[in-house]
Amino acid sequence: MYAWMFRALPGPLWVRLLISLVLVAGIILLLMMYVFPWVSDQLSLWTQSTIGLVTR
Amino acid sequence: MSAPPDGSLDAMLDAGAVEPRRRRQGRRRPSRGAAVVGVIGELLITVGLLVLLFVAWELWWTNLEADRSQDEATSALVETFGAPDVDAGPGGIGSDARDAGDQAAEDADEFGSPPAASLTDPGTFALMYVPRFGDDWVRPVTSGVGLDVLNNLGIGHYPETQLPGEPGNFAVAAHRQTHGQVFYNIDKLRDGDRVYVQTREGFYQYRYTGTEIVAPSQVDVLAPVPRQAGAEPSASVLTMTSCHPLYTTRERIIAYAELESFRPADAGPQDAILSAYQNTRN
Repeated sequence: MYAWMFRALPGPLWVRLLISLVLVAGIILLLMMYVFPWVSDQLSLWTQSTIGLVTR
Repeated sequence: MSAPPDGSLDAMLDAGAVEPRRRRQGRRRPSRGAAVVGVIGELLITVGLLVLLFVAWELWWTNLEADRSQDEATSALVETFGAPDVDAGPGGIGSDARDAGDQAAEDADEFGSPPAASLTDPGTFALMYVPRFGDDWVRPVTSGVGLDVLNNLGIGHYPETQLPGEPGNFAVAAHRQTHGQVFYNIDKLRDGDRVYVQTREGFYQYRYTGTEIVAPSQVDVLAPVPRQAGAEPSASVLTMTSCHPLYTTRERIIAYAELESFRPADAGPQDAILSAYQNTRN
């Protein structure tokens, strides 16, 4: 799957490497800034850290 | 091309020539089953990497974000206070600094009993200094213990509890790990340690009195007299709550401290937090 994606990228090898790196970095940034905070919120009922279960 | 008489070289060449061609064909057209297994394998590896990334986010990235927003909240609050610049306290820094106990006695004589603190708008109303956590350790204290406060702004004040200087319990919560891991070292507090709280009114000095581990449902640690629900408070205490053991949320670690003395804002901070105090102003 990833091999096929890499082959589908245009340009010589170094251009394809560069494109892949930028893509991977962008995906990681999206995950860190938007996806993971959202996932964490969904899990918050199990990770709350105060005294008394009413205070979330 | 003429064939050698014995034909053996021919056979070897043939074997060498045919083999790579077959391999190349094999790479170009894998069987459908092999392709499916390959994609599933890559997806599984991807899921594994995503889980690792999530852990990295939780343990590392959240600290960066929380540290930044706490620094901002600290700076904004220092500006609101407009507290004076202090080069060095009466006792000075380092070896000249007075013992916290001696200073408490002097301050109590000079400035009398502590006034009640007041809240400021917006929600961040105090700074907490804990020399045991580091000479320059200072974090903002904000009203509320919701995740919006604890995940970004560090220390949250249980709104149903009292404020510094009031008879009763000034109870706060913070994360033990992740999101700035504000109370990471809460288990390192020892007898004789002091905790300082700065509000608009001045600097409250608390003396650490003990730690206990309780269940998350043990709400009477927040009572005006901790662990004695309904009792009428005479002393002013500080209760710090966080998670225990490390990297779990199974129990709560509770550290208690008792209000010892107070210095008004104009008088400047206690010797022990002078350098941390100066750092907040840069």
